[in-house]
Amino acid sequence: MSVPAEKKEKISVPFDYNKYLRPGKLPHIWCPGCGHGIVLKAMLRAIDKLGIDKDNVCVVSGIGCSSRTPGYVDFNTLHTLHGRALSFATGIKLARPDMKVIVVTGDGDALAIGGNHFIHTCRRNIDITALVFTNAIYGMTGGQYSPTTPLESIATTSRYGNIEPPFDTCEMAKAAGATFVARGTAYHTLELEKTIYEALMHKGTSVVDIIDACPTYFGRMNKYKSATHMMEAMEKDGTVSVKQVDKLPPEKVAGKMLRGVLHKIDRPEYCEQYALLVQEKAQAKSK
Amino acid sequence: MAEKQKKRLMQGNEACVEGALYAGCKFYAGYPITPSTEIAEGMSVRLPKIGGKFIQMEDEIGGIAAAIGGSLAGLKSLTATSGPGFSLKQECLGYACLAEIPLVIVNVMRGGPSTGYPTGPSQADIMQAKWGTHGDHPAIAVTPAYVQEILTETVRAFNLAEKYRTPVIVLYDEIVGHMREPITIPAPGELAVVDREKVTCKPDEYFPYDERFEIPPLAPFGTGYRFHVTGLNHKKDGFPTNDSKQIGEGNMRIMRKIDNHLDEIWKNEEIGLEDAEIAVVAIGSTARSARYAVNEARSMGIKAGLLRPLTLWPFPDKAVTELSKRVKAIIVPEMNLGQMVLEVQRCSKKAEVLGVHRVDGEPINPGQIIEAIKSFK
Ligand SMILES: Cc1ncc(C[n+]2csc(CCOP(=O)(O)OP(=O)(O)O)c2C)c(N)n1
Ligand code: SF4
Repeated sequence: MSVPAEKKEKISVPFDYNKYLRPGKLPHIWCPGCGHGIVLKAMLRAIDKLGIDKDNVCVVSGIGCSSRTPGYVDFNTLHTLHGRALSFATGIKLARPDMKVIVVTGDGDALAIGGNHFIHTCRRNIDITALVFTNAIYGMTGGQYSPTTPLESIATTSRYGNIEPPFDTCEMAKAAGATFVARGTAYHTLELEKTIYEALMHKGTSVVDIIDACPTYFGRMNKYKSATHMMEAMEKDGTVSVKQVDKLPPEKVAGKMLRGVLHKIDRPEYCEQYALLVQEKAQAKSK
Repeated sequence: MAEKQKKRLMQGNEACVEGALYAGCKFYAGYPITPSTEIAEGMSVRLPKIGGKFIQMEDEIGGIAAAIGGSLAGLKSLTATSGPGFSLKQECLGYACLAEIPLVIVNVMRGGPSTGYPTGPSQADIMQAKWGTHGDHPAIAVTPAYVQEILTETVRAFNLAEKYRTPVIVLYDEIVGHMREPITIPAPGELAVVDREKVTCKPDEYFPYDERFEIPPLAPFGTGYRFHVTGLNHKKDGFPTNDSKQIGEGNMRIMRKIDNHLDEIWKNEEIGLEDAEIAVVAIGSTARSARYAVNEARSMGIKAGLLRPLTLWPFPDKAVTELSKRVKAIIVPEMNLGQMVLEVQRCSKKAEVLGVHRVDGEPINPGQIIEAIKSFK
C-alpha cells in the first residue's frame, strides 16, 4: 500500500501523548537516557496517523526493558514470555484479522530466544508489524551481549570483547520473507515515526529495526561519555539514509548501517490466504 | 426426539478432535509429534470448514503461545502434543495459569525420557502434568481410558478451562490415543458445553483480575475492554506489582479457585469397590487391564475392585483416603517407575500400597496386576 502524499509530509509534533498513555502507569521503568521512550513516542505518533480505534489495536511484547512498552499504552496489551511475542501475536491476528497487531521486542527477545519465531513469522507474511528495539545488549538482565552486539564490544559476558559476529536484522527479515523491512533510529525520531507509519500501513509482515541506545550497560561498558554521545556516535554517525547513500563517497558509507525503507514487496498475506482457502477450498469441499 | 446417533469406528485421537469441536473449539495451533499428530491433522481439515482457525507453528512453544493468543482473542483454543513437545510447552503453560487464560492442552503420552520411544505408550508424564512448569500453580488434568471417553473428557476439559479460566490438560497414553473403538458422537445438547462468561460491565469498571470475583470473567481482546495481560505477578488491573501482599493474594487466588471446587472437578469411576478388600487405582489403558484383572480376581474368589480417576489433577485425595480406610491393600499399576503411587501413598491412611511399574514400551497386562492382587490374598 502506498502512503498518501499529504500524510507523508505531516509531522505530528507537538503531540498529545496522553491520548494513548494509560493514566497512572508512569513513570516508566527505563533509565535516564534510554532510547526506548523515544521509540515509544514515535510509535504512538505513527499509530495516531492511522486514525483507527484504540479498541482495534493490540500491542504484544516479549520480555526485556523494551518489552515493557505495552504496559504504558492504552490498547489491548499483552506482555508475554521472553522470545514468544510473535507467536502470541500470530494467534491473536489469526483469530482477529481485523485487529491491528503490533509487536514490540528487543534484539535479544526477537533474534536470540525468539529467532525461530521471527523467521517463521516473516516467512508466513502474516500482517503483523514487529518493532525491534536494537540496543545491542540485554538491558533487562544487566548487560550481557546480544545477537546484535558488534564484534569486540564489551558486555558483562564478553569482558574481553565479543567474538560473535552480529546479525543484520534487516537482511535476516528480508531473507526470511518479510515484505516490508526498514531501519530507523531513536536519534532520527521524525523519520522513525514515518517509517513506523509506513510499516503499519503495509499489508504483511513488516519489520522495523530500530537502533536505540542502552547508556546504562552498553554505554558505560563501551566507554561512551553520555547517552547523547552514544546517540550521535551509533545512531547519527553510525547510519546513513538509503536516500543519500548513492550520493555519498564510499568512505562516508563504509561500516555504516542503512536507514529507511530497505525492502518492500507485495506478496499474499497469511490471514487473507487463510480466508481464501476457507472460501474456495474447505467450504466448497464440504458441500 | 433426537435421532439415534450411529456408531462410528474411530481412533482415540480422532475422538479428541470430535470432542474439541463439540465443545466449540475454534482455534488450533501446534506442531506435529507422534503419537498425537492425528489431532493436528484432524483439526486442520475440520476447523476451516466451520470458520475456525488452524495453524501449524514452527515448534511446540509457538503452538501453545499462538493458542493462548487465540484464546485471548475470544476463541476456545486447543493445542496437542506428546513427550518432548509437552516439555517445550511448559513455560507457556505456566503463563496461562498465572494470566488465567482458558486453554486445552492434549498430551498423548509416549515413552521417554527424551525422544525415548515415540510409538510406544507410557504414563510417565503424570508428575510433569502437575509440576512441569516452574512455580506453584493450579493443575487440572483429565485422564480418559476409552475412545468414547476421549471425546467426552475433551468436552469436559474445555468446560473446566472456560469455567475456571485456566489451562486444562487432557492426558492419555499412546494406546488409547491410537486404539480404534466404535463410538457415538453425542447429539448437540446431549453434553453440557460451558461458554466463557460474558463481561457486561462498563469498560472503565472492568478489571481482568478483579479479586471481588472468585473467577473474574475474561473479556476477549478487541471488544472494547482495553486491558493489560502479563506473566508477571499482577494487580487486579493486570499490571505488574512488587507488593508482597498482592503477589501473595494473586498466587493464592489462582489455587483457591480450583481448591474450592474439588467436588465439581473430581470424577472417578468405581468398579466393585463396595465390598473390595484389595483395590486397584489406575488410569488410561492401564485401567483397562486393571478392570480385566479385577474381574478375573473376583472369579477366583478375591474381593477386588477398581478406582479409576478421570480427573487425575487435582488428585482425588478424598476418594483414595476413604478407600484406604476400607481395603487391605491398594495396587497402583502405571507405565512409569512410580509416580501416581506416590500420591496414593500420601493419601492412604491404613492400607498397604504397592506399585506395579513398567517402562519397556509394553502395556501393563492384566496378568501382572492379578499377580499383585494375589500377593495380598
Ligand atoms: C526463558 C527466559 N530466559 C531468560 C530470561 C531473562 N531475560 C529477561 S530479559 C532478557 C534479555 C532482554 O534483552 P532484549 O530482548 O534485547 O531487551 P532489552 O532489555 O535490551 O530492551 C533476558 C535474557 C527470561 N525472562 N526468560
Ligand atoms: S538497562 Fe538499558 S535498555 Fe534497560 S532501561 Fe536502562 S538504558 Fe534502557
